[in-house]
Amino acid sequence: MSTRIFGSGIRRREDPRLITGTATYTDDLTLPRMVHAAMLRSPHAHARITSIDTSNAAAAAGVVAVYTHADTVGALQPTPCAWLLPDSDLKVATYHGLAKDVVRYVGDLVAVLVAEDRYAAEDALELIEVDYEPLPAVIDPEQAAKDGAPQLHDEIPRNQAFHWTVAGGDIDAAFEQAEVVVSDRIIQQRLIPNAMETRAALASYTTATGELTLWNTTQNPHIVRFLMSGVCGLGEDKIRVVAPEVGGGFGSKLAVYPADFVTVFCSMRLGRPVKWTETRSENYQATTHGRDHVQQVELAAKKDGTITGLRCTVYAGMGAYLSTAAPGIPTILHGLMLSGPYTLPAVKEDVYGTYTNGTPVDAYRGAGRPEATFMLERMMDLLAAELEMDPVDVRKKNLIPKFDDGHEVITTLSYDSGDYPAALDKVLAHADYAGLRATQAKGPINGTYLGLGLANYVEMCGLGPSQVAGAIGFQGGLWESAIVRFHPSGKVHVFIGASPHGQGEETTFAQIVSSELGVDPNDVKVFHGDTDMTPMGWGTYGSRTTAVGGAALALTARKIRDKAKVIAAHLLEAAVEDMDYEDGKFFVKGAPDQHKTITDIALMANVAWNMPEGVEAGLEASTFYDPPNFTFPFGTHLAVVEVEAETGVVTLTRYIALDDCGPQINPVIVEGQVHGGVVQGIGQALWEEAVYDEGGQLVTGSMLDYALPRADMLPDIEVLSTVTPSPHHPIGVKGVGEAGTIGSTVAVYNAVIDALRPLGVTSIRMPLTPERVWQAIQQAKG
Amino acid sequence: MHVPVTITVNGQRYEHQVEPRLLLVHFLREVIGATGTKIGCDTSQCGACTVLLDGVSMKSCTALAVQADGYEVTTIEGLANGSELHPIQDAFWEKHGLQCGFCTPGMILASVELLRTTPDPTDEQIRHGLEGNICRCTGYQNIVRAIRHAAGTMAGQR
Amino acid sequence: MYAPEFAYYRAGSLAEAGQLLQQHPGAKLLAGGHSLIPLLKLRLTTPPALIDIGRLDELKGISVTDGRVRIGALTTHAELAASSELAARCPALAEAAGLIGDPAVRNRGTIGGNVAHADPASDLPTVLRALDATIAVTVDGSERSIPAADFFEGMMETALGDHDIVTAIEVPAASAGQGQAYIKFSHPASRYAVVGAAASVTLTGGTISTAAVALGGLVPVATRADSVEQALTGQTPSVDTIAAAAAAVSADLGDDLIGDIYASAEYRRAMAPVCVKRALTAAVERAG
Repeated sequence: MSTRIFGSGIRRREDPRLITGTATYTDDLTLPRMVHAAMLRSPHAHARITSIDTSNAAAAAGVVAVYTHADTVGALQPTPCAWLLPDSDLKVATYHGLAKDVVRYVGDLVAVLVAEDRYAAEDALELIEVDYEPLPAVIDPEQAAKDGAPQLHDEIPRNQAFHWTVAGGDIDAAFEQAEVVVSDRIIQQRLIPNAMETRAALASYTTATGELTLWNTTQNPHIVRFLMSGVCGLGEDKIRVVAPEVGGGFGSKLAVYPADFVTVFCSMRLGRPVKWTETRSENYQATTHGRDHVQQVELAAKKDGTITGLRCTVYAGMGAYLSTAAPGIPTILHGLMLSGPYTLPAVKEDVYGTYTNGTPVDAYRGAGRPEATFMLERMMDLLAAELEMDPVDVRKKNLIPKFDDGHEVITTLSYDSGDYPAALDKVLAHADYAGLRATQAKGPINGTYLGLGLANYVEMCGLGPSQVAGAIGFQGGLWESAIVRFHPSGKVHVFIGASPHGQGEETTFAQIVSSELGVDPNDVKVFHGDTDMTPMGWGTYGSRTTAVGGAALALTARKIRDKAKVIAAHLLEAAVEDMDYEDGKFFVKGAPDQHKTITDIALMANVAWNMPEGVEAGLEASTFYDPPNFTFPFGTHLAVVEVEAETGVVTLTRYIALDDCGPQINPVIVEGQVHGGVVQGIGQALWEEAVYDEGGQLVTGSMLDYALPRADMLPDIEVLSTVTPSPHHPIGVKGVGEAGTIGSTVAVYNAVIDALRPLGVTSIRMPLTPERVWQAIQQAKG
Repeated sequence: MHVPVTITVNGQRYEHQVEPRLLLVHFLREVIGATGTKIGCDTSQCGACTVLLDGVSMKSCTALAVQADGYEVTTIEGLANGSELHPIQDAFWEKHGLQCGFCTPGMILASVELLRTTPDPTDEQIRHGLEGNICRCTGYQNIVRAIRHAAGTMAGQR
Repeated sequence: MYAPEFAYYRAGSLAEAGQLLQQHPGAKLLAGGHSLIPLLKLRLTTPPALIDIGRLDELKGISVTDGRVRIGALTTHAELAASSELAARCPALAEAAGLIGDPAVRNRGTIGGNVAHADPASDLPTVLRALDATIAVTVDGSERSIPAADFFEGMMETALGDHDIVTAIEVPAASAGQGQAYIKFSHPASRYAVVGAAASVTLTGGTISTAAVALGGLVPVATRADSVEQALTGQTPSVDTIAAAAAAVSADLGDDLIGDIYASAEYRRAMAPVCVKRALTAAVERAG
């Protein structure tokens, strides 16, 4: 069994509770004496608060308390930014829990009201009287950097949060000697992550003990505890953070938020449990957004299609304050990926992070890497068009050849392993690329144009190592941890520091233990998301849970195996070096019939009646695994679209995704991650955008306006894979959470532009709504 | 103002005095503690709050508890027969039709409705039948597979 | 989201509903609630009381008499979409009803609530305008009929008085040789109509004897496309005659077009002839 369970698409162990409605998400929890918080948020994008009167609200029926900034002075420190990007002139604006004097985005917190029930809280919220003096607002990250733009923070000129650069090779020479240069201005529009569960916090502070328990919709409870202790002035020993069932995150539950700290503050003041759950409109206004780049990109190349240099300037909108990981997203996770899967001799990128009067921007699935892949893959298509080459040929000309153990690129990263040409070839063959091109060459049918869009990508996953984390200003470590504990009957508990929230590690991690130790995966229970129960860990994001946490777990299982082998040798009266292990059985070499199973050993280790000398009782081990490098999954995506010229309507007819994440522990789960990731990327290409009006009001304030992908808008995704193990990972896995999203946006975009090439269209602002496509066609017609 | 309501939820009769403005989803989650039904969007777009009212699907965030007075409500908690899963629940498990699970209760009840009105659907009919339910994790593909699978199982049971 | 407080009265009869409306000034009627409850949750309307007419059997059901189809106000969109009477006699209405919202919404939303709400992005008013429907309204026990042309006065404005209750919608049944269709260009998020076009065409001996076309979604109130109708009448249907007639729709749209971030007024104006053409093409096909 142990050899088969790795790589088997077994049913998920987390599903029985989820399909029966018995799972417990934060908002499902109720505690005795619990009261409910509602947040008063700024209706202005930028305004000075001239007065706040809470007296009517405080006197309303059912109201327990109302607090504003003044109440929190000394009790609540500002919300921290935890990625302090070095060498970038980083300027972190103070982000108060409740706004002090000035509000800087629609949704900025102004006051919190606590009442006996949420209806009463919402009623009374309307009675808080706030006078605002509106100030000019700026939303566009490039405009915000210009002289004369509205200033968000007095101490931060030109709204510049940071200026970061990456450079390698001789970029000036590359462009001076270029035989061909292509360029584009690309808008990576603001996106709203839209985890289906909105954010929530239930804080329960016991005055008598000074202890706090916080149930929180988070991807990283240990980070929440760490930062909470500083913000709320409690020792980490007094704080327990629990991420119960968490309904998706996609990066938006990575950040720590003022509203969570404010909820804790309320509980500490009142000595009662306080629950706060976002409405969806609050989620849209105040939970972090993604992307928001204005990119100016140019590529230098030779006439044969060999690329020689990439130069770009990016304005990355940060929103009104720097969210937890925000500075690292458009820089480290973006700029360092600009070589992609290609041999790039020279690169130069300037990234300007700018404050704007929008919701803070932070990680959103892919986080920086889709924006890098987009630039590069867009350039590839433009170069192909310029040289009248097929997009495949231009890419093949530049792909890094197969490598097994390390390849350094111009941005200084050392990729672990890859076979990019094989991925591309497999996709082309599966899709019948030549056949599709032949069909396309016949011309439009009834005014409908066929288009093909390719994307090759590499991503850096498995964040870390911690030494690198320190060097790049990440205010934490990037290792992961695991404890494996065998009970006397041979059943296993696993405790991990990471905090999955839908990715299925309760199953895949059981499969790792099962394959390493020969136990039934159904006998392995994986615990996560509770800082009192699990070892420290840095969380679930950046496709790192399996890549880093899975390594920690595999190594832990091997420690168990080593100890078990010693005990087995003792019981079989053999020398340890004469012992063999296979499929959960320990035996003297050549005599597999006389064996001890891991279950036998677990019993003996726990009762300890007959242990080898010097060996401790119990069968338990732990590992804190700090990876030696990132992992670098890669793949090739191909989108096939039909564009109806009369209306501009784009129909995605086929989507082929090949993702190489190394060996697959559970291919069904891998496929599911790819499906979801691809669809989120398609969403950016075709439908999704957070739109603000000129005054800074969020126009797409609900799901009535923000268009999310639905079942009837999509084809089946054709999922392929190749398997290139990571040489430095104990079980070779690389991570797959973000892969789909990284390739898919630009694949779809390239397909639409490819379809419209006969009409002269070369660029359209995303999302590619029917109107935008139609307008582009009209303009191309002249 | 409070008004009396009698609502049978998953076979259990509940009598309560409620404010007329209380949404059915809040009655389920807050008053009787049946938290399996979720609130996703507040604007009747996402379908996380889908329940059955006398066997017919509806969005419980867009209904008042008083409108359900005298009716029978089926939520995700009431779908299985004891420890025996409803074929659609089992199909979602078998076909990996869920990841974070938050949309799942509504998605499963929408699937019950879909197979009630279209017992042998094509993939296209399945995708259209899910137009009122949003999932952010799965890309829907395995949900479509699950419903197709469940349709086969349920046809075999008839 | 959380609605403000209101009182609640459940009417046991139409007469009682009328009395309750008289007794509670400013009260709103509650049927399926799918137009009203979202507004309440957003606190965009704060009525002192709701009068629930959702259980009045006298407002339910579809009946056919003397070439007219009478649809009770409480008939749900799902019932409209599934009705064989409707499919045979006013198919465009059934077709449009099946395109509203999603299955769960269609199970609750009612035709009466829909017309009373008069959302310009809604589908049914467009079809009712094209089909020359009338809206039956009762006040103080007496019923009167208001042609759809007069009923829909503007964006979310109707001819309904404070104490009026919509009781039924009446639609002339399609005659032999008549084909109908409804084409909807949907908003991907809200699923409301960006442009909706309803067409009803009667063919007599291969010639279009009558044509009725209405548009919604892009205009503040569902509008008949007189120019298109005139251009079609007496024509032999063909790709070219339909396209030419559909192009005439720009004259019927007026200057007050709706636009939003998804689809501007300019774009909707450009899509109107496309939708009309497609609706006419389908209607002609079904008429033949």
